[in-house]
Amino acid sequence: MKIVLDHITKKFPNINKKEKSEVTAVDDFSYEIPDGKLVALLGPSGCGKSTILNLISGLEKPTQGKVFFGDDDVTGLPAENRGVGLVFQNYALYPHLTVRENIRFPLENLKGDKKLSKEEMEEKVQRVAKLVQIEALLDRRPSEMSGGQQQRVAIARALVKKPKVLLLDEPLSNLDARLRLQTREELRRIQLETGITTIFVTHDQEEAMSISDYIVVMKEGRLMQKGVPQKVYDSPDNLFVAKFLGTPQINVFSGEIKDNALFIGKDKIRDGINSIDKKVYVGVRPEGFEPSKDGVLRCEFQKLEVMGRDASILSHNDNFDGTVIRSIIPSDTEVKTTGGEIVFNLKPWKTFVFDSVSEERILID
Amino acid sequence: MGNDRKQSITAWLCLLPAIIFLGVFLVYPMIDVLIYSFEEGYNFASRSFLGIGSYNYSYVLHDPYFIKALKNTFIIVIITVPMSTGIALIISIALSHITRLKELFQTIYFLPYVTNTLAVGLVFMILFRKTAYTDGMVNILINAFGARSIDFIEGPYWAKMFVMCFYTIWVVLPFKILILTSSIASVDPIYYRAAKVDGTSKLRMFYKITLPMISPMIFYLIITGFIGAFKAYSDEVALFGTDLNAAGMNTIVGYIYDMLYGNSGGYPSYASAAAIILFSIVFTITVINLIVSKKTVYYS
Repeated sequence: MKIVLDHITKKFPNINKKEKSEVTAVDDFSYEIPDGKLVALLGPSGCGKSTILNLISGLEKPTQGKVFFGDDDVTGLPAENRGVGLVFQNYALYPHLTVRENIRFPLENLKGDKKLSKEEMEEKVQRVAKLVQIEALLDRRPSEMSGGQQQRVAIARALVKKPKVLLLDEPLSNLDARLRLQTREELRRIQLETGITTIFVTHDQEEAMSISDYIVVMKEGRLMQKGVPQKVYDSPDNLFVAKFLGTPQINVFSGEIKDNALFIGKDKIRDGINSIDKKVYVGVRPEGFEPSKDGVLRCEFQKLEVMGRDASILSHNDNFDGTVIRSIIPSDTEVKTTGGEIVFNLKPWKTFVFDSVSEERILID
Repeated sequence: MGNDRKQSITAWLCLLPAIIFLGVFLVYPMIDVLIYSFEEGYNFASRSFLGIGSYNYSYVLHDPYFIKALKNTFIIVIITVPMSTGIALIISIALSHITRLKELFQTIYFLPYVTNTLAVGLVFMILFRKTAYTDGMVNILINAFGARSIDFIEGPYWAKMFVMCFYTIWVVLPFKILILTSSIASVDPIYYRAAKVDGTSKLRMFYKITLPMISPMIFYLIITGFIGAFKAYSDEVALFGTDLNAAGMNTIVGYIYDMLYGNSGGYPSYASAAAIILFSIVFTITVINLIVSKKTVYYS
């Protein structure tokens, strides 16, 4: 089932101050989550991504705007009537119940003609336990299980009542690195197997990029960019998105457009730019640098770090918006420096120009 | 190893004052009580006794005053422990659901805890006592409903017992409310959110989440409630005066006190035997409680 968020705004009363003021957690947010897809809400903490999740689940009501499940307006519908499955960051498994009782819990809430017999419940519990591969753990208590196993139980509990949509709040952040990798593949498998529309919240761009069909990047309650992960990475709409996606981070220089050419300091990066003269930021992905003696950007060489397949060149430039420029090149590339200076060519498809005031992308090609 | 030894010596040194104090004023007297209870015909003046045996127990168990005290104590325990815990639970849940004036109500409910027992007793006397001048506030209320006045303090047994239980419940409520409101507040709200998304009714949330999560505290209150109610004495004195036998409202602890210092006092052997009997009762009930709790209480 597709989910539509139509101009959603959510304001919370500010509890810290005596005077009446409000904090805007989500600001005029519109997005349509296509049926059966896995979508990642991505952003730094406090950007409102968890609030979006709560608005979809019905735990929170929007201040303005509407939420649709399919064609039904569910804005006023309380959480218990929406039929969503929600997995919390710390799983929220009932510690006093066994795994079986935890998974059965949502089924026991069903009333009227939806009410299930004991056998039907057990069958559903078994089926979903099999899906997340925890059949052997059904009689354990949550405290007797690892974080990864608890995570699976939480997903099973969310899935057992066949929800229309599955919501996951930072599903992997409580797991250790190795388990995180394994679990995110597992999440993808479960999502593909069930075909359920899934939305998950994360602050980890790698996590979002690796398993989702679409990503939605948020900042301060606003939607910054949405789309297929690789496309968003390859073509960021603004400086924030460019900086947020990719590790190591994109290298940002202060530059300017003058006489239809792009400059970083005195170095002319590119000619034939169709724009008025203005100050800009130039973002270059680490993989966008090519050491070349007839390159365009001169930097002060600092260090070469070779790590197996890749090597990093650490360098400095007075117009660089940070401390160290990190460029990644294949480790077999010959690196030549003259008088402590290294010269780079910049790959055009890895170089982005942003307005210095609005920080929006300026298309230069 | 040397460090471990040093640490354990430090630990013992820290514990020493408490061990000495408890040993002198608690362990030694307890053993003494046990010995006293088996010394027959103990003479208080000459500090001598005739022989060793179970006569003291037999005397106490056949003493109609003790039987009466035992009966009173059991009635108080059976009525006040479940009722006070239940009422405290209801009030605590209500308190946890209001947001406005919450602090005010919490303070009001806690006030009896810091009020002197005898002062509370005095207020209860004014409310319930029938005198030559007035029938008391409660009787005025009863009259308003068209019923006849009852003498709660010097009247029929059930009326006195009613006041007694009412008083006991009222006195123990604040502490229980305090404990329960804080333990209800300590349940992570994420569980309620999870339950809400899964369509759980409020009632089921209470039975399936709140109650199991606060069960250790409820259990603690029941155990201490039982022990406290078995030791009831000062509340009875506050309401009915020191001559509890005459009022027919004596308790086991009251009986022990009377045997030692009361008008009929000077019988430490009987008092000791009664104390040991009380101890065995409390011990048995606590063990039963512990066994039952293994199946019903969830410890994280």
